[in-house]
Amino acid sequence: MRIGLTSIFVDDQEKALRFYTDVLGFLPKNDVPLGEHRWLTVVSPEAPDGVEIVLEPAGHPAVGPFREALVADGIPFNAFTVDDVHAEADRLRALGVRFTQEPLTMGPVTTAVLDDTCGNLIQLMQVSAG
Amino acid sequence: MAGVGDAHGNVFRALADPTRRAILDELQDRSGQTLFELCARLVTRHGVGSSRQAVSQHLEVLEAAGLVHSRREGRYKFHDLDTTPLRTITDRWPPPPATPEEEPPCGSA
Repeated sequence: MRIGLTSIFVDDQEKALRFYTDVLGFLPKNDVPLGEHRWLTVVSPEAPDGVEIVLEPAGHPAVGPFREALVADGIPFNAFTVDDVHAEADRLRALGVRFTQEPLTMGPVTTAVLDDTCGNLIQLMQVSAG
Repeated sequence: MAGVGDAHGNVFRALADPTRRAILDELQDRSGQTLFELCARLVTRHGVGSSRQAVSQHLEVLEAAGLVHSRREGRYKFHDLDTTPLRTITDRWPPPPATPEEEPPCGSA
């Protein structure tokens, strides 16, 4: 058994695809029309055959209150690993990305939290060697 | 019962708890934090493994004392430090003026 997919609920799939590719830098992988929505996935260019993120429509009524409560408390439900959180935050801020937590180093871990403009907070994470 | 200056009891009560003092330390380091950031700082820097609900309750006590203000900005909620209520302590028991030889601790130098 392997982990192949993980999902992120998004308000608008087209807007999400643009943010996750144009801004974050992921690559489109699957884009299959499925009724009024799409089966839409992206992958990291550093691991094009790795785990895919499904940009999942957030239409279910339970999703709204769930995400609102998480976002209000600043809780990122998904995290991406980067080599340098500070550099990545600088790059993304220059593209207009809003951070709810600026880079913070806690022992060997540095994190920052950004708004993906599709209803979610995302954590960037860097683990220093040694 | 209000005879001995209990009007500011909220401030003293808020400061009496070590977790709440740690929250103030972290907000002093960076004001405007989400509950998530505060919890991460408490657990990694102070070894405080309190639940988010517990930290939330500590924040309510600090807010009641006026030491922390929360503000909503769009969909997020941030917490800011306000040390103004601490004046009630130094107004009541003023510290001696600092002498040139005795720099105040944590000075700006």
